[in-house]
Amino acid sequence: MSDAISIRGLTKTYGGRAAVDGLDLDIRTGECFALLGPNGAGKTTTVEIAEGFRPRDAGEVRVLGTDPHGAGQEWRNRVGIVLQTTGGLDLLTPREALASTAKAYSHPRDVGDVLASVGLDDKADARIVGLSGGQRRRLDVALGIIGRPELLFLDEPTTGFDPQARRDFWDLIRALAIEGTTILLTTHYLDEAENLADRVGVIAAGRLLALDTPEALGGRSAEEATVSWEEDGIRRSLTTSTPTAEVARLAARMPAGEVPALTVTRPSLEDTYLALIAPHVSADAPDTQDAHDTRDAHHTQDAHHTQDPHHTQDPHDAHDSTEVPA
Amino acid sequence: MSAIALGLDRTVLELKMYSREKEAVFFSFLFPILLLALFSVIFAGQFEDSAAQGGMTAGGYFLPGMLSAGVLLTSYQTMAMSVASERDDGTLKRLRATPMPPVAYFLGKVGLVAVSSILQVALLLLVARVFFGVELPTTADRWAVFAMVFTLGVFGGTVLGVAYSSMATSRTIGAVVIGPLLILQFISGVYIAFDDVPTWLQQFASLFPLKWIAQGMRSVFYPADLASAEMAGTWETGRTALVLLAWAVGGLILCVLTFKWFKRGTT
Repeated sequence: MSDAISIRGLTKTYGGRAAVDGLDLDIRTGECFALLGPNGAGKTTTVEIAEGFRPRDAGEVRVLGTDPHGAGQEWRNRVGIVLQTTGGLDLLTPREALASTAKAYSHPRDVGDVLASVGLDDKADARIVGLSGGQRRRLDVALGIIGRPELLFLDEPTTGFDPQARRDFWDLIRALAIEGTTILLTTHYLDEAENLADRVGVIAAGRLLALDTPEALGGRSAEEATVSWEEDGIRRSLTTSTPTAEVARLAARMPAGEVPALTVTRPSLEDTYLALIAPHVSADAPDTQDAHDTRDAHHTQDAHHTQDPHHTQDPHDAHDSTEVPA
Repeated sequence: MSAIALGLDRTVLELKMYSREKEAVFFSFLFPILLLALFSVIFAGQFEDSAAQGGMTAGGYFLPGMLSAGVLLTSYQTMAMSVASERDDGTLKRLRATPMPPVAYFLGKVGLVAVSSILQVALLLLVARVFFGVELPTTADRWAVFAMVFTLGVFGGTVLGVAYSSMATSRTIGAVVIGPLLILQFISGVYIAFDDVPTWLQQFASLFPLKWIAQGMRSVFYPADLASAEMAGTWETGRTALVLLAWAVGGLILCVLTFKWFKRGTT
C-alpha cells in the first residue's frame, strides 16, 4: 500500500526565514507516527500544509494520494483533524455538535458510539461550555473521528490532561490505530510518543533530524546503560555496555545476593530527544520548558525507583530496561 | 447531504445557539421591542392631542425607527459579532476541516438572520398594534415597499456584517460594531426625528443604509402627507431601493473578497 503522507523537499519561508527547509517525510498507511520537535521547529507548519490549511513555497506533498493544497470535499471526507486549541460550540451539547458535523461526511460513525468511545455519554446532552478541559479535548477528538477518517491529525491532544485522562485517551488512540486509522500525532510529551507511536520523527530548524521507532531513536537502544545501587549507605553508579555482567558481579559481591536499590537505565526517549535538538534550541527558549521538566523527573527517578518499574529491572532482563511496559 | 440540506441543518443549529445566548437575544432581538414599548409609554403625553384626533400616536411615531434598528441589529450586528468570535475561537477553522461545503455555513447564517428578523418584525408589529393601537397599512403597495426595504436591508446588513467581522477580534468587536451603529441610529432618524438632525449630518447619514431603511419604513407606516418632512420632500422610494441594493451588492462583493476562515497570524 502506498504511504498515507509523502513529503519531498518541502519548503516554507516566512519573511526570509525558512520555517520548513527541504523536509522529506513518509508516513505509512496504518501507522501511528509521532512528530516531535521544539516550538518553532516547523512542526506546525508542516502539519498545517499536510492538512491543506497552508500553501507551501516548494516541494511535493501527497496526502492520501492527493495534493492537500486546494483539495476538495472528497479528500476532506477521508481526513480527520484535531486542532491544537479549539473553542466555540459553547452553547451546543456534544450530541448536537457531533450530529451536525456527522452530516457533512459520507459514511460517518454513529454519534452514540463515538460519544461512548470518548467517554462522554454522561455529558452527551450537557452544554459544552460546562465541560472540563479534558472532556472538551475528548470532544475535539470525537469531532475529528466522527467522519470515519482514514487519516487522523492529532495536534498536541493531551496538553493539560491529568494522568488518568491521558491513559484513557491513549487507549482511545490505540483503538483507532487497531481499526487501521493512520495517525499523525504531534506532541511535547515524550512518554506519549513512546506509548502510542510506531515511529517517531524529530524535526528542528525545518528539517528531519531523526526517524526511527521510539525504542531505537538516536541509537539509544545500543547506548551504554547506567547501573546504580546503594552500598555502605552511599548511592553508587557506573556506566557499562554490559549491564547484565555488571549486575551479576554486583550480586555475587553482596552478602545476601541481593543488590540494594538496584536500577539499570538507558537514556530515556527524553534524554535522546533533548540531545538531538540541543544544537537547535537556546537554553532559555520557553518552548523546551516542558521537555526539560520531564527530563528532570527522569533524573530524579533513582530516588523513587520502586514506584517506577518501567525503569527498574531485575538483572534477568536488564537489556530491556527502557522498553515500554506491556 | 446536499449543500442546501446542510444549510438547513446549520440554520437549525444557528437558531439553537442564538436562542441560548441570552445577551444576543436581549440586545439584538428584544431590544427594539422593549424600546418601542418604553418610548410609547414615555412620550404618550406629547402625542395625547394628536392621538385624540385620530392622528399619530407615540407608538406609531417610533415604530418605523424601531423596525429599522431591528433590521440592522438582527442582521449586521449579529453577523459581525458571531462571525468574528467564530473566527477567533477556531470554529471556522474546524468547519473548514470538514467536507462541509462553505456555502452551507453561509446558508446557515442567512437562515438564522431570516428567521430571527422575521420573528422580530412580527413581534414589533404585534406589540405596536395590540398594546399601542398603531394602525397598520392596509394597501398592498405599502406592504410591497415594506417587503423591499426589509429584504434589502436584512440582506445588506448580513453581508456587511460578515465583511465587517474581519475588522476586529472577538475581544474588540463589541465596541467596534456597537459604537458606530449606535451613532448611526442617532443621526439616521431612528431615535430622534430625522428633520431635527442638522442638514450636514443628514447628508452624512445619507451615505449609510440605515437612513434609507428608516425613511422607507416611515413611508410605509406614516400618513402620506408627512413625506413633506423628509429631506427631499418626498419618500424617494425608488432611490431608497437603489441605495439599499447598491449597499447589498457592494457588501456581498466585500464579503467575498475579505472573508477569512482563519484569524490573522494562524494562517
